[in-house]
Amino acid sequence: MILADLPGWFTLEFSVFFVAGLIVLGGAFAVISARNPVHAALGLVATLFGVAVLFLNQNAQLLAAVQVIVYTGAIVVLILFVLMLLGIDRDEDIYDEPLLGQRTFGVIIFGALFLIIFGLFTLSGTRIVTGQPNCVNGKVIEQGDPYAPSECVPVDPTIATNGDRANINQIGRTLFTDFAFAFEITAGLLTIAVVGAVVLARKSKDVQQIPPPEDMDYENLIGLDEESAH
Amino acid sequence: MSPNGYLMLSALLFAMGGFGLLKRRNPLVMLMCVELMLNAVNLTFVTFSRMLNDITGQVIVFFVLTVAAAEVVVGLAIIVAIARRRSGATADDISLLRG
Repeated sequence: MILADLPGWFTLEFSVFFVAGLIVLGGAFAVISARNPVHAALGLVATLFGVAVLFLNQNAQLLAAVQVIVYTGAIVVLILFVLMLLGIDRDEDIYDEPLLGQRTFGVIIFGALFLIIFGLFTLSGTRIVTGQPNCVNGKVIEQGDPYAPSECVPVDPTIATNGDRANINQIGRTLFTDFAFAFEITAGLLTIAVVGAVVLARKSKDVQQIPPPEDMDYENLIGLDEESAH
Repeated sequence: MSPNGYLMLSALLFAMGGFGLLKRRNPLVMLMCVELMLNAVNLTFVTFSRMLNDITGQVIVFFVLTVAAAEVVVGLAIIVAIARRRSGATADDISLLRG
């Protein structure tokens, strides 16, 4: 029937990637161009959910769950808290910028970066950046199908690879054995961040409000009286 | 499906985040653009982990996620501390080291 006539590249993974990619790019466009910063935060939520779906599409289930819980559920909520607490969105309409040409510079630099990456992958294939995984028996992964089950025996057989166990098992085994030191340092980093945030946001005893600039008192300038002007 | 699609998408997301970081002046929106760039890098790491058949890429994403959370916390504390002294803060105001 109709389903049998679909071209070979139109798989389920491609269609999920396409829809999630549209959501990601739409959310990113909302972040960089929304007038109201709350709209930008909602665009960020859309991007983060799209990226979580893309993680699921690549069999990274734990990371998709952690992305939703940590990024969308904590970081964006914190940003919205501060946004609504302080309400710093009044001065967005000021249309002077101290750095001349900053936007043009941004377009040029990041457009060039994207074009370089695009050209790199289009002209030379995907393996140019990652290289080949190290294989003990000398086999290489062919250029055609990067996801084919390979005869490549990795150099370090204690590093867990995809397909051995469930995703959480692999991440847990690698994280707590090979990366245990980094894990402990990350715990220290989180403690330092919490302590630092509490110290930074604490109200000091005497918060001097910066007074608004007053108009000059033209009447009582030194040396300028009504009498001496005549 | 070839992994080129994911890599292109994350390159485009990174470029948009970088441009937004230079364009916007509200410090909270700038923080959101930094989060866009970090998400692009996370997507790239997961794609490479899948291509190389190695779980290390996903473990690195774990650490990037943790550091991003810590960075957002400290950044928001700084913004709160600044905005308490001076209301209506944009990035241009913060560049003057007064007060």
